[in-house]
Amino acid sequence: MDLTQQMPALQVVVPMLTAPILVFLRDGRLSWLAALVTSATTFAIAVALTRAVLGGAEISYMMGGWAAPWGIELRVDGLSALLLLVVTGASTLALLAGRQSLEDQIGVDRLPLFMAAWLLGLAGMVGILIAGDAFNIFVFMEISSLATYILIAGGPHRRALPATFKYLIAGTVGATFYLIGIGMVYMMTGTLNIADMELRLADVGDTSVVFVAAGFITIGMALKAAIFPMHAWMPNAYTFAPHVVTAFIAACSTKVALYVLLRLDFFVFQKNLVDHQLQFAYLLMPLAVLGIVAGSLSAIFERNLKRILAFSSVAQIGYILLGASLISVPGFTASVLHFFNHALAKLALFLAIVCLGLRFSRLRLSDLGGVGRQMPWTLTAFAVAGLSLIGVPGTAGFISKWALISAAMEHGGLGVALVVLIVASSLLAVVYIGRIVEQLWFGEMTADTAAVREAPPMVLAVTWVAVLANIWFGFNAAVPSGLAALAAEAFLRHLP
Amino acid sequence: MTPETTILLALGVPLIGALGIALAGRWPNVRETVTLVTAGALLLIVWSLFPVISAGGRPEVVLGEMMPGFTIAFRVEPLGMLFAGLASLLWIVNSVYSIGYMRGNHERHQTRFYVCFAIALSAAMGVAFSANLLTLFLCYEILTVSTYPLVSHKGDPATVRSARVYLGILIGTSIGLFLPAILWTQLAAGTLEFTAGGILEGKLTGPDVGLLLGLFAFGIGKAALMPVHRWLPAAMVAPTPVSALLHAVAVVKAGVFAITKVIVYIFGVDFLAGEPSGAWLAPVAAFTILTASAVALRQTNLKRMLAYSTISQLSYIVMAAAVLKPLSEIGAAVHMMAHGFGKITLFFAAGAIYVASKKTELYQLHGIGRRMPWTMTAFTIGALSMIGVPPTAGFVSKWYILGGSLQAGSYLAVFTLVASTVLNAAYFLPILYRAWLRPEAVPQKVDHGEAPWPMVVALTATAALTILFFLYNQPVIDLESQLVGRSK
Repeated sequence: MDLTQQMPALQVVVPMLTAPILVFLRDGRLSWLAALVTSATTFAIAVALTRAVLGGAEISYMMGGWAAPWGIELRVDGLSALLLLVVTGASTLALLAGRQSLEDQIGVDRLPLFMAAWLLGLAGMVGILIAGDAFNIFVFMEISSLATYILIAGGPHRRALPATFKYLIAGTVGATFYLIGIGMVYMMTGTLNIADMELRLADVGDTSVVFVAAGFITIGMALKAAIFPMHAWMPNAYTFAPHVVTAFIAACSTKVALYVLLRLDFFVFQKNLVDHQLQFAYLLMPLAVLGIVAGSLSAIFERNLKRILAFSSVAQIGYILLGASLISVPGFTASVLHFFNHALAKLALFLAIVCLGLRFSRLRLSDLGGVGRQMPWTLTAFAVAGLSLIGVPGTAGFISKWALISAAMEHGGLGVALVVLIVASSLLAVVYIGRIVEQLWFGEMTADTAAVREAPPMVLAVTWVAVLANIWFGFNAAVPSGLAALAAEAFLRHLP
Repeated sequence: MTPETTILLALGVPLIGALGIALAGRWPNVRETVTLVTAGALLLIVWSLFPVISAGGRPEVVLGEMMPGFTIAFRVEPLGMLFAGLASLLWIVNSVYSIGYMRGNHERHQTRFYVCFAIALSAAMGVAFSANLLTLFLCYEILTVSTYPLVSHKGDPATVRSARVYLGILIGTSIGLFLPAILWTQLAAGTLEFTAGGILEGKLTGPDVGLLLGLFAFGIGKAALMPVHRWLPAAMVAPTPVSALLHAVAVVKAGVFAITKVIVYIFGVDFLAGEPSGAWLAPVAAFTILTASAVALRQTNLKRMLAYSTISQLSYIVMAAAVLKPLSEIGAAVHMMAHGFGKITLFFAAGAIYVASKKTELYQLHGIGRRMPWTMTAFTIGALSMIGVPPTAGFVSKWYILGGSLQAGSYLAVFTLVASTVLNAAYFLPILYRAWLRPEAVPQKVDHGEAPWPMVVALTATAALTILFFLYNQPVIDLESQLVGRSK
């Protein structure tokens, strides 16, 4: 058996099968190492899959040799390859940086179970991205959600528990909505395979059942993707999760839900529902705009470092949604690029938070005055990643911001208004990132900050890898652009 | 060696130098040798381009393309040649001076100082040679960030507070105004390339032109157009060599250079002249000239006075560029050089006075000319150049600016020139009077003579350049005539 043929299956199977083994490990550090190696393996597989996709192949894998639509199909195209890279890469870097932080916040003795949950979460997310049928997406979604609840509840503060509970309620409602929608479509078409669904829906036509199904799926996924105003669960979940977990899920989990939303809305319903684009024009675009404004403004008035970044994520999700809701090829491309670039920036920012978290138990701005003078490498990393989040040229963030601006400009008067919005909200990002850097660099030192030392070299090195990736992809965006172009091409095929 | 390789060398040599300085940090003499050798090499490299540009060549290097429409590219043209030539020429003088200053003053963290200085010079070369707005922007930001450790060098709370104003204003304006202006340009014109005759003609009309010009003029905070000028006095907390080379030459000239370049190569002189909405820039620059001079009049600290004088002199360049006549564009370019020579001399003298006597205030300077004759002679020459008295460099550029203003029939510009000359005289002449003619206050704390010799050599050299430039400036004028020859 040629293993390279089995890569799509291995992508999910490797982390999923390693997870139960970790449960039996007694040694916390060994379990961390095993999780890291597993995660790195999935990343290597994702890279190999990406190379194949960039080489022109659209990968379709039949589980057990059962042909679709009866068997289970795994699919990798430009969009999913890009997100596979993001998810596995973020998991690997977060684990690589996170040993000490995890031992501090979780405890060595609990680490094997925790690492098992991590791998299950990873397997779930990867599974969502690679599954070719809607029901398996649901199954993997449940796996990843349940695992993520465990990860977040592991936070050291008691408030991690209510935060998790809130997330659990929201996540369950979202997943249930999704399941209801899928059930309705199954009822009408008798198939669960996404590609097959699109074809068969054409026979059923524009019925209200399909219409309602699309609504359930969109709202359900919007809830899981923390699209404004359904983001209420997210800031606390990010804030009270262990720092390393935040770095992982902030880069991935909402994006995966958004991926499902785009996958079904664009690749299944767009062709089959008359005036489906109105849903974007009248519902999702306004929500995106509101999210951008509200998220950025909230970030300005927050005092906790992690909450600031969480609200910034609400705004950034808005950018991704905004690009998609333009329903044009440049808009979709911008949206896909921003998946990648925002993940890079947020990962680097939260890794810098991991560095800070090793030295401070509380991450309120007022506790951290002047810490940059003691931890210059950490703070510089944070500042550069912040520039990427703002979208300054020379960083990855600029590439997608620019793509978004030029996509918006194709829409006349509305486009100009959107460009003004994008520029204005980038300036708000300057304010909230600037506020952090200002306080952490120039603020009054407290007794705590004056005594602190720079973060350990290993954590710092990984953080800087993420930061340099932001710069690298700011100058050399061939890989994400290539994948985004492929995704846009596929998108174009599914337009009515 | 092709001119293309030369461009890359000009950008790379200071960086390699920075690395060498960092490695040689433990042996001060080796480290200083590395600085001097790097500066000398850069000087040779940059000036070897001069004949090529004079002959009309425009060598170009493309480093890479971030995405369609956004390239990192460098091209040498007359204005950039002048700026790079000036910065590289004065860097070597400044390095000699720095050695005297930093050692004479027993400053700490000297290795960091020289490393950042070399990086800043590389960024200045990048600004000078940038072929499009994006490259300019990137180098401009690197220049800001690399000079921050130099400004905050002393590290005490007051210095750090000033350095924060410096960083905050420069980064804030560049991201908040300059970057949106660049994006707008790209959206309107579809390119960011610096092109003779401009790229915006026909792409933008009416009030939009004035608005975009405003985003550029205030977004390029390094030009210190009022009200975006506060960072410059704040930057005076830096060691004097930094104030001398960076805040009289490299950084501030990067600002006015960028504005001039935007006017000449992005808007195009003719296009802007035909748009009434763009006409506000010259009056604002005139206002800055006069106000900054008036503020300088009230300063009691020598370096702060020089800072306000710089703000006023920078706006000469902006105003000259905004008058939009061939002679005034030449005047703008030449004034970059003339003011550079004069102002660096003044700062050198201020630093020499500080090192020798620890004096920083104007009222302390009674009779200092007799103790430090070389220094004060150089100071006098610099001051005369600021006022614009022959035989100094300042006269040449003012002559051209005046000529351009008359060509344009802009009485505002002519009036500003005359009035500011009077004001300049009003704040420089009393110092000269004090230093040369008043007797010393009797009990002197330190019995001092001249500053260490490297400093004296350096300030004598720049003073000599100030006079030499008056006598022999034809190649530079010819070079800059190409600037308007093309766009006219």
